[in-house]
Amino acid sequence: MVSLTSARTVRAAAPSRPPLKTGRPGAGWAIPGLVFFGVFALLPMAGVVYLSLTSWDGITAPQFIGWHNWSRFLGDHQIVQSTIVTAILLLGNIAVQAPISILLGVWAAGKQRNRAVLTAIFFLPLLLSTAATSVMWRQLLDPNFGLPSKMSWLFFGDQNMLGTQAGSIVCLIAVTSWQFVPFHSLLYQGAARNVPETLYQAAALDGAGRARQFFSITLPLLRNTIVTSTTFMVVGGLTAFDVVLLLTNGGPGTDTSTLPFTMYQTAFVTYDYGYAAAVATFLLLLATGASLLLVRLTGYTKMTSTQEGL
Amino acid sequence: MKQRPNYFAGLATFIWLLIIGVPLYALINTAIGPQDAYSQNGPLTLPTHFTLSNVTTVIQSGFLGYIWNTILVSTATVVLVLAFSIPISFAVVRGSGWITRGVFRVFLLGLAIPAQAVIIPLFLIINQLGLYDTLWGVILPTAAFSMPVSVLVISGGMREISSELYEAMALDGARPARVLTTMVIPLSRSSISTAGVFAALQAWNGFLFPLIMTQSNSTKVATLGLYNFVSTYSANIPALLAAVLMSAVPILVVYLFARRALVAGLMGAGGK
Repeated sequence: MVSLTSARTVRAAAPSRPPLKTGRPGAGWAIPGLVFFGVFALLPMAGVVYLSLTSWDGITAPQFIGWHNWSRFLGDHQIVQSTIVTAILLLGNIAVQAPISILLGVWAAGKQRNRAVLTAIFFLPLLLSTAATSVMWRQLLDPNFGLPSKMSWLFFGDQNMLGTQAGSIVCLIAVTSWQFVPFHSLLYQGAARNVPETLYQAAALDGAGRARQFFSITLPLLRNTIVTSTTFMVVGGLTAFDVVLLLTNGGPGTDTSTLPFTMYQTAFVTYDYGYAAAVATFLLLLATGASLLLVRLTGYTKMTSTQEGL
Repeated sequence: MKQRPNYFAGLATFIWLLIIGVPLYALINTAIGPQDAYSQNGPLTLPTHFTLSNVTTVIQSGFLGYIWNTILVSTATVVLVLAFSIPISFAVVRGSGWITRGVFRVFLLGLAIPAQAVIIPLFLIINQLGLYDTLWGVILPTAAFSMPVSVLVISGGMREISSELYEAMALDGARPARVLTTMVIPLSRSSISTAGVFAALQAWNGFLFPLIMTQSNSTKVATLGLYNFVSTYSANIPALLAAVLMSAVPILVVYLFARRALVAGLMGAGGK
């Protein structure tokens, strides 16, 4: 993420600051935006932790009930299942989208005319909202009228893909990938264009083939973008909600109820806001944990510019 | 340098073209074809009759009003996000002291907050503010959740401005407001437009906030309209797919006229 790359620049830039005070903005410049962000993002974060300790029907005032929701949470099989489904979707999405996006992005970075035309077409799914994409695919996957009725060979003879848990999970991953691969490949395209041409020329002189060049030059130089793109995928995967609601509605049964979907149902369908807040708190912890872990694993804090030394 | 043709890439991109193209063809073909043709032949036949009846059905249901609401929400979100993020980024990049560094940390942390996780207290806050079932109830949270990315992108852009330029302006005795408007904003234009594109797409795509914060037809946005159509038009698939297609028209227009800016904007989100 830009963020990720910029965080290190802060530290690097700090010591070289001139002592001049004129023209520098005071902290007051940040206050309006900070208050706004505080009210609509930080305050709710504290709120959800508090509400998880209450019983609340959404009409009367929340009643403080201590750890009751949490002890119920720990014994809830639906939560275990939702966590597993969320994890499978998350990993499945990364496994499908990352390789395709990297290959497409690097391919699209080439300056050939036909690539520019095809890239413009590949961009199109990004123009549809997630809701539109999900509604479209729901119809296209219809066992009687949709694609499976015409091309059953492609669906392993199973025309009702959304009728089984495995089929539904495959569909959720496929539809999400269909929509978001264009975005991720765009990130890689931008990054691949920044790889200096001289490196490839030098490698070609040394006799490196196309595959060797890809693995030894392109891929290592894309690492910052890989972190950025994976972060987007992880956060997107943990919060997959609209696609689940519109494509499978958590079904068959509750087989594809992801954590956000379960949270939504508990809160806004059965009006058990207190318990839903406990599920939401868990989701918040997972998301924060995942991004911290990602930062650690990728050595992001030590990350240096890929342009260094060139 | 001459290279042998890349057959692998050729084959792979052809397959990807089918994966992208076939569903889009099915979408358009169904949306502009008559209903009986769809139920008899499915979505993949060659188009025989062109009809606007599906589009008319969708328009009569008030869908254009939903699209208009989406346009209002997206515009207001972009204005709010930029109005707050530009001064914050300026303070983060040029301000001194622990406060401005702390502010940057807050937004870095903010990246990890999923909207789903805080929707319940947010629902309470919007209700308390009397904004339930208004477009502001959608705009304010959408803008707030676009701010982390926006602040990080814009402050990244502002850091690229060399400190000599700042010093020169300071020697001229320019006050912060003047430095910001005459130098910083023009020089970080590209990162500001990246942040704007990102916030606009976020609002355009938004589903959860409208779902929770609004209920009446007058405040319905396009994504939510589609969700409702699924039950209304369960028997009229061509009309449903026409609505899907129509929901993409405004952004398709933007894409046709400002493709370069849109693509560059999204690419910018990947950082350097």
